[in-house]
Amino acid sequence: MKEVLMGDHAVARGVQLARAEVIAAYPITPQTLIVEELSEICARGDLKAKFIKVESEHSAMACCMGASMAGARTFTATSSHGLLLMHEILHWSAGARLPIVMANVNRAIAPPWNLWCEQTDSLAQRDTSWLHIYCENNQEVLDTAIQAFKIAERINLPVMYVLDAFILSHTAEIVDLPDQKDVDEFLPPFTPKLRLDTNDPHAFGSITGPAEYQKLKQFRHDDMMNSIDIIKEIDAEYEKKFGRGYGVVTPYRCDDAELILVTSGTVSGTARVAIDALRDAGVAVGALKVRLFRPFPTEDIAAAIGACPKVAVIDRNLSVGAGGIFAQEIKAALYNRDLRPTVIGIVGGLGGGDFTPAAIEKIARRALERADSGDPVVWEEL
Amino acid sequence: MDQKLDHELVHSGHVACPGCGAVLAMRYVLNVLGPKTILVLPACCWSVITNRFPSCSVKIPVFHTAFETAACVASGVRAGLDMKGDRDTNVLAWAGDGGTFDIGLQALSGAAERNDDFIFVCYDNEAYMNTGIQRSSATPFGAWTTTTPKENFKHQEKKNIMGIMAAHKVPYAATASVAFPEDLMAKVARARDLRGTRFLHILCPCPTGWKYSSDMTVGLGRAAVNSRIFPLYEIMDGERFRLSYDPEEPMPAADYIKMQNRFSHLNPEEIVAVQQRTDRDWERLMHTIRSWPA
Repeated sequence: MKEVLMGDHAVARGVQLARAEVIAAYPITPQTLIVEELSEICARGDLKAKFIKVESEHSAMACCMGASMAGARTFTATSSHGLLLMHEILHWSAGARLPIVMANVNRAIAPPWNLWCEQTDSLAQRDTSWLHIYCENNQEVLDTAIQAFKIAERINLPVMYVLDAFILSHTAEIVDLPDQKDVDEFLPPFTPKLRLDTNDPHAFGSITGPAEYQKLKQFRHDDMMNSIDIIKEIDAEYEKKFGRGYGVVTPYRCDDAELILVTSGTVSGTARVAIDALRDAGVAVGALKVRLFRPFPTEDIAAAIGACPKVAVIDRNLSVGAGGIFAQEIKAALYNRDLRPTVIGIVGGLGGGDFTPAAIEKIARRALERADSGDPVVWEEL
Repeated sequence: MDQKLDHELVHSGHVACPGCGAVLAMRYVLNVLGPKTILVLPACCWSVITNRFPSCSVKIPVFHTAFETAACVASGVRAGLDMKGDRDTNVLAWAGDGGTFDIGLQALSGAAERNDDFIFVCYDNEAYMNTGIQRSSATPFGAWTTTTPKENFKHQEKKNIMGIMAAHKVPYAATASVAFPEDLMAKVARARDLRGTRFLHILCPCPTGWKYSSDMTVGLGRAAVNSRIFPLYEIMDGERFRLSYDPEEPMPAADYIKMQNRFSHLNPEEIVAVQQRTDRDWERLMHTIRSWPA
């Protein structure tokens, strides 16, 4: 069934289809439509869930942790400062190996106040052991909501999927909603491997020495790295059942490209329009959308870039003092390879600047003309 | 003792200091709640007392969590159990005074306002004892701690956490002492049989932090109650009050103070000030109890 949905509502409908059992969330612009819609859905009885209206995002994530530890499928949503407030509990929930799913609406961080799109909020959580999936459109948002629970519950690590503020959260698009029966077949009820059970009492999170501590972290890392294949497998299963798959990266017209633009989120779709125009004008440019950020799909990125001599990474985020965060990760991923392209780190669109097709064409043409990498940052004013 | 210890769920092998009041508190509370209880444990002395992996000195499920999250994790555990159809298991959030009065207060207030269904125990040893005796907002006036040295002892009064909980109109809030185990266990039973946010404030003397001999914990607990410094009472729905025990000939505050070296620097005028504050607070409490009886 097709409906016209804003991105936030696509999140809520995806969570409904996934049959989340406990939701704990706190409102923040531009995530508010998610909590409002889920409140309505729960109040109507269309989703049989406990929705705990907590007093902060920190408590939202802690509440999800308790519910997940008791064996319930749990969900929360936030944005920007809310995600930053959660930061401590992101480490806790991942360390406790709880399959919590969260939607984050990418919004800039104050000061100064700004409500618009930027990815620094979610990328600042890169070392928390959460999986990160960056969505391009509202259909992908809905489909990822369903996939995320399956991934999280399979590998016992929490998953955050991300959508751009306003560009997706408050923009209506046609979204194909799968049948509940089919979603139930794809995503059976959550059967936890670990839970708080008075018939089988265990202590979770007790003090350890260095040997056990490191070993547990190593397990976490190995499970995260091995999850790339699992994510692909689940995505392929989803595609077979529902006709839509996304992969972990999406190359576009990269064959024989002299330059590949690397993008994430909504910039990806715009980049493809720009690439078509450039190709029509005889400019050999391709695009590579990175959907999965943690675990970082190094092999897939290297394979997509192949022998292309130049890569321009578009970052709507910034690690002040280092540069764009996707660019850093791409450089690190390619450094030990035989084929090492020049990587240009382009930072723009911070606080909501709009990447139009024309702007992306300009970025591509300038990148082709450059003789150097422009390290550490090539600024783009939109 | 009338009530037997039916459920001995705290075991040897715990790593508390000798004479720890907080171990007595856990023992009495779990004796009443029994094995069908899930323990949520934020950072506090007890996150160490359970002992290190793979041992555990309490024989119920334990979830260790962040300092400020006892109440909200308990809310989540309750919601998860409810969704699984388990309405019987007790959810027990167990926090020290720091995790209740200070860093945990926001989450506790949130849960209490929602009236989420669990028991929250604050075992109050009147400072951050686990990190080495730093002052909290539960530290009483006049006390030495490592962050309130003798030369600049704590000048503020202890925060009125019971008043804060009463203002949330929680179904049940009570003070208790490890030196009055029958009273303590009766209150745990009353809390167990209600629904909603139930709050127990248990004074747990701490030989390490209060600086007294480890065989004096029960004596200190008795003195705190008998001097009216720590009155035993209950509040139902935030508006009906009941005194649990009236020490008719109260011990002078000075005698309680002299039992512990954390107050050894106080001069006679300061000790008189403690007595005056104690009398004032007792009068106010009695006035409230008479005005709003259970």
